[in-house]
Amino acid sequence: MISFTLNGMPVETKAAPGLRLSELLRENLEQRGTKVGCDAGDCGACTVLVDGRAICACLTPAAQVQGTSIETVEGQSPVLNRLKAAFLRHGAAQCGICTPGMLMAAAELLARTPRPTEAQAEIALGGVLCRCTGYRKILAAVCDSWRDAMPSDTPVSAPLGARLVRLDGDAKVAGDLFGADVVPDGALLVRAVRSPHAHARFAIGDLSAFRARAGVAAVFTAADIPGRNAFSVIPPFADQPAIAASPARFRGECVAIVAFEPGAEPDLSGFPITWTELPAILTPAEAEVAGAALLHEHRPGNLLIEGKVSKGDATAALAVSAHVVEGRFATTYVEHAYIEPEAGAAWMDGETLCIRACTQAPVMDRDDTSAILGLPANRVRILPSATGGGFGSKLDVSLQPLIGLVALKTGRPCRMVYSRAESMASTTKRHPAEMEGRIGCDAAGRITGMEFVGRFNTGAYSSWGPTVANRVPVHASGPYYTPAITARARAIHTHGPVSGAFRGFGVPQAALWQETLYEKLAEKAGLDRLEFRLLNALRDGQASATGQVMEATGIAECLIALRPHWRRALADARHAGPVMRGVGIASCWYGCGNTGLPNPSTIRIGLSPDGRVMLHQGATDIGQGSNTVITQIAAEALGLPVADFVLIGPDTFLTPDAGKTSASRQTFVSGRAALAAATSLRAKILRLVNAGAGAELSLNGSHLTVREGKAQHVISLSSLSIDANGYALSAEETYDPPTQPLDENGQGSPYALYGYGAQMVEVAVDTTLGTVRLLKITAAHDLGRAINPTLAEGQIEGGIAQGIGLALMEDYISGRTDNLHDYLIPTAGDVPPIQSLLIEVPDPDGPFGAKGLGEHVLIPTAPAILNAIRHACGAEITQLPALPHRVLAAIKAARS
Amino acid sequence: MTTFARPTDLPSALALMSDGARQVLGGGTDIYPGAGAKLDQPLLDITALPELKGIHLASGLRIGAAATWTEIAETPLPPALAGLQQAARQVGARQIQNSGTIAGNLCNASPAADGVPPLLTLDASVELASSRGTRHLPLAVFISGPRRTARAADELMVAIHIPARALQGEGAFVKLGARAYLVISIAMVATRIVSQNGIVTDCAIAVGACSAVATRLPRVESALIGRPLDDLARHVMGPDVNAALAPISDIRAPADYRAEAAVTLLRGILGGIA
Repeated sequence: MISFTLNGMPVETKAAPGLRLSELLRENLEQRGTKVGCDAGDCGACTVLVDGRAICACLTPAAQVQGTSIETVEGQSPVLNRLKAAFLRHGAAQCGICTPGMLMAAAELLARTPRPTEAQAEIALGGVLCRCTGYRKILAAVCDSWRDAMPSDTPVSAPLGARLVRLDGDAKVAGDLFGADVVPDGALLVRAVRSPHAHARFAIGDLSAFRARAGVAAVFTAADIPGRNAFSVIPPFADQPAIAASPARFRGECVAIVAFEPGAEPDLSGFPITWTELPAILTPAEAEVAGAALLHEHRPGNLLIEGKVSKGDATAALAVSAHVVEGRFATTYVEHAYIEPEAGAAWMDGETLCIRACTQAPVMDRDDTSAILGLPANRVRILPSATGGGFGSKLDVSLQPLIGLVALKTGRPCRMVYSRAESMASTTKRHPAEMEGRIGCDAAGRITGMEFVGRFNTGAYSSWGPTVANRVPVHASGPYYTPAITARARAIHTHGPVSGAFRGFGVPQAALWQETLYEKLAEKAGLDRLEFRLLNALRDGQASATGQVMEATGIAECLIALRPHWRRALADARHAGPVMRGVGIASCWYGCGNTGLPNPSTIRIGLSPDGRVMLHQGATDIGQGSNTVITQIAAEALGLPVADFVLIGPDTFLTPDAGKTSASRQTFVSGRAALAAATSLRAKILRLVNAGAGAELSLNGSHLTVREGKAQHVISLSSLSIDANGYALSAEETYDPPTQPLDENGQGSPYALYGYGAQMVEVAVDTTLGTVRLLKITAAHDLGRAINPTLAEGQIEGGIAQGIGLALMEDYISGRTDNLHDYLIPTAGDVPPIQSLLIEVPDPDGPFGAKGLGEHVLIPTAPAILNAIRHACGAEITQLPALPHRVLAAIKAARS
Repeated sequence: MTTFARPTDLPSALALMSDGARQVLGGGTDIYPGAGAKLDQPLLDITALPELKGIHLASGLRIGAAATWTEIAETPLPPALAGLQQAARQVGARQIQNSGTIAGNLCNASPAADGVPPLLTLDASVELASSRGTRHLPLAVFISGPRRTARAADELMVAIHIPARALQGEGAFVKLGARAYLVISIAMVATRIVSQNGIVTDCAIAVGACSAVATRLPRVESALIGRPLDDLARHVMGPDVNAALAPISDIRAPADYRAEAAVTLLRGILGGIA
C-alpha cells in the first residue's frame, strides 16, 4: 500500500512501486485532470506538485510519493484558484491539454513568489509545452494572478466585439475531458501493430496461439474489415487502409490491432508477423524518375494530382520586366505536435456504434468509419471529446475505425491511446516542399509576372494532398496584384509519412518562397520593403491570380498599420559587435473554406419550453474558440444575451453538420449559418406577436418578453406546442459559401472571402554562432470584424509560435525525431513579445463582416523571420529549419 | 527478490546491490522515457538514502549523489561552483531539475550531460561504494565512453567530491541549443578561472557535446595562465581547442559547426569575465 495526501485528502492505494505517478493518478485513482502527452518528461503536461515541488508525474515512481503531499489541478488551493481565474480572464487556455501542467508549474512559483516577473514566470513554465497559445497570454496570466479581477475583466454577457471569457473555459482550467479521459467500464485496451519499415511486405502467421494468450481478447487484421478498407478526407481519392494488407507503405502504418482485457499487460511482443523490407522511395525526385516503382498502380509517375493557375503570359511579361529575381526554397516534414496524442473510446449502444474521440471533423469521421465498417452512417454516432490540439491532423480518421471495429466485433467497450511515438509516426504531417520560380517587376516596382513550380512530398496516401496542390497555385502570388502568372504544384507519392493538412495547406511553404524573393525584388527596384508590398497590395476591383475580382481586401490596411512600427524598428536595428539586428516583413492572404467546392454548415437553435436557448453547435472547438464565437454571433442576431444560451454538441446524433474545423471556415461559414438560424428564429418570435424588427427580447424563466416602445408582449414558451425539433420555437439554417469552381487554367472564384495579414519581426543574430534571437513580432491581421478580440489575439500568438518553430527548429524525420526532445517546438522562452493589430475591413459575405483568421496567422511569420535574418546579416536561408549551423553557413556564404 | 527496493540506509542498499542485478533509480528522468506504464525490472531507488543526500562544505565540497539539480542551484556555494549552478538551472526545465539527480546525470554518461563539463573544471571525483568497499575515481576516469562508466554492477555512487584547491576561482558555464528550455546541447563550455591581481594563475576549461565524453582543454588552459583577465579571449587558439575534441554530426548540428561553436562559446565566456 502507498499512502499520501492528495489535494489535502489522505489516500491509500495499492500500486506497483515502479508505477508512474501519472498512471497511479489517472488509472488507479481516476483523477484524470493530470494529462499525459509524452511519457518522457518532454512536454510537462503531467506536472503535479509533490511536497510543493513541480515534477513530471510520468517520471515519478509511485514508491517515491509515499508519505508526501500531492497537489493536482483538481486541487482548490487559494493560489490555484487565483491562477485559474487569471487564466480565464487572459484567455490563457485554448485547447486546454497543457493547462493543468501550466497551472501546476505556475503554482510552484507563486507559492514562493506571489508577484513574479515575466522572466521568473518564463523559467517556471519552460518545462511545459503548449502548441496553441504562443505562451504570451499564459505568462501574462501568471504574472497577473495576484490581482483581483475587475468586473469589466470578465464580461459574462456582452455585445459582439467584447472580450467574453471563452464559454468552455471553466472546463479547460479544471482539467477538461479529452480522448483518453473517459473510460467506459470494462473497456478493452486496444494496441496497434505497426510497420517498422517505410516499405515492406509482411505475412501474418498463425494467430491462434497469440489469441489464446492470457489477457488477449481479440486480434484483427485487414481481413477482418467488413466494409471498404480505404479512406481519404476526399472520398474520390480513398486509398488509405485502416489496417493495411501487405505491403506496408510507410513506417508506422497499422497492420493489425490487438484488444487486451482490462488490467492485462498490453504486450505485443511475439506477435506472429514476418517482415520483408522492400526498397523505399523517400523523395519526390526518386518517385518521379522514369520507371520508378509505383506506390499506387493507378497513379502513373507517382503523381497524385497537379494543381495549376494560369493567367496572362507570364514568360512574356518576365521577358520585358525591368527587374527579375529567381530562387528556390525547400522545407521539411513538420509535425503538428499537439500535446494530446490521439485517444478515444468506443462502445455499442444497442445497434449504434458510439465513438468518443478527439477530432476536428465528426461527420467525416462518421462517414469514413461507417464505410470502413460496412455500417449505414446512421448506425455510427460520433461524440467528439475535448480535443487537445489538432491543427489539421485530426481531420483524418486515426483510431476511430480501429476502436469501432473492436467494439463492433466484440460487442464490448474499448479504448485506445496512442503513444507519443505512435502519434508522430502514424498521423499526417505538413508537406515537404521544393519550390522554384521567377518574379518580375517594372522600373517603378510594380509586379509584372510570376512563374512558380512546386513539388510537394505527399507521402504514402492521398489525405489532403489534392487540397495542397490546388491551394498553393491559387495563393502563390501572395496578396499582391500580379497581372501574369503561371503556377503549378504537384503532389507526389513517396514511402514517407502521409502528408495532410497543417494550418495553411501548403500556403505557408509557398509564402516562404515568394516573400523571401519579394525582398530581393524590392531591393532591385530601390524601394523600401514595406512600401514595395504596399505598392503591389491587392485592392478592391483588381483580379487575383484566378481572375476573381477582389472585394474587402484588407492587405493595404494591414501594411499601413505596420508602417509606424516598421520605421521605429528600422531605426532601432543597430548592431552591437557580432550581434546584428534586423527587421523583416511578410504578408499573407488566405481564402476561407473549401477551394471552389461546396462547403456548407448547418446550425439549429431552439427555445426550450423552460426558457433556455439551445444552440446545436456542431463545429468542433479544438481550442480556437468556435464555441464562444458562434454563440456570440447567434446571441447578437437573436437579440438575447449569451448567458441565456446552452451549447449542445458536437454530437452527430444531436447536432446538424457544421462541417470540419479546417480552412479557417468556422467563424465564417458556421458563423453565417448561426447568424441565419438566429435571424430566422427571431423572425418567428416577432411574427408570433406582430412585432417590428427593432423589438427587444428578454427571457425570464419560460416567459419570453418582446418589447417594442411601450408595447410589451409576453410569450409563455411552456404553453406553445412542441415543434418537430422538440422545441417551443426553433430554426435550422444552412449556409454554403458562394464560390465558383476553377477551370482548366485555374480560373474562377474559389473562395467567397479572403482574410489578410502582415507581420513584422525584429531579430538579433549572433553572427559568430548563427543563433537567432527574436526580439518582437508585430502582427496586423484583417479579420473583417473581431467577434472576440481576446480569442483573435490568441489565434495570432499561437500561429506565430508555430511559424517560429517552422522557421527555426522543426524537422520531422521518421524514426529519428519521433519524440518531443529531438523534435523541437518552441518553449515559453522562444516566443518574443507579440503586438497584435486587429484590422477590420468588413466582408459583405462574413457574419457581421468577419473573416477567417486561424491559418492566416501562421503564414507570414517564418518568411518574416528569414527576411529579418537577411536584413541583419545578409544570410539567405533557402532550406528550413534555420538551425544555427545553417544560419552560420549562410552568413559565411553572404560574406564570401 | 523484490524487484523494487527503496532502502533507507546505505548498508542495506549495498547488500541489495551485491548481486549486481539491479538498475539504480534516482529521479527517474532517464529511466522512464521509453518505458511502459511501470518499471518492472529489478530496481534500487536511492532517493530515501540519507547517506546520499545533502551538500556539505568542509575543506572540500561533498555533493550527495542523490542531490537534485534544484538543490545544487539553490544552495549557497563558493563562486568556483557558479558554472555547476548555472548548468543546474539549464538541465531540461524546472520539473527535471526538481527530480533529476547529479549522480544520474553522471552515471547515464550522455556525451551531452550538462553536469559533466563544470564538474571536470572542478577536478571532481566520484565515490563508489559496494559491499566490497569504497573507492574514489576522478570523474574523467569514471566516465569511460558514451553511455559507459567504470561503475561495477554492484556499486552505488554515493557522492561527488570537489577538492579544496578546486574551490578557488570563479566558475562559468554556457550551453548552446536550438531552443530556450528542454533542449539537448549542441555544444557547451565550462570554465573556472583563478586569478591574482587581474592575472590568471590557474584555470580549468572543459567542453561538452563535442566529443564522446566531455573533456578538459589542457592546451588552452596552459595558454591562458599568466594572461590578464580582461584579455583572455584573444589567447584561445582554435587548434588548441579542437585538438581535444572529436565532434560528431547528428540531427542537432554537423561536426564542423560544433568544432567552431566550441571555440566561439569559449571566447564568449572568457570575454565576459573581465
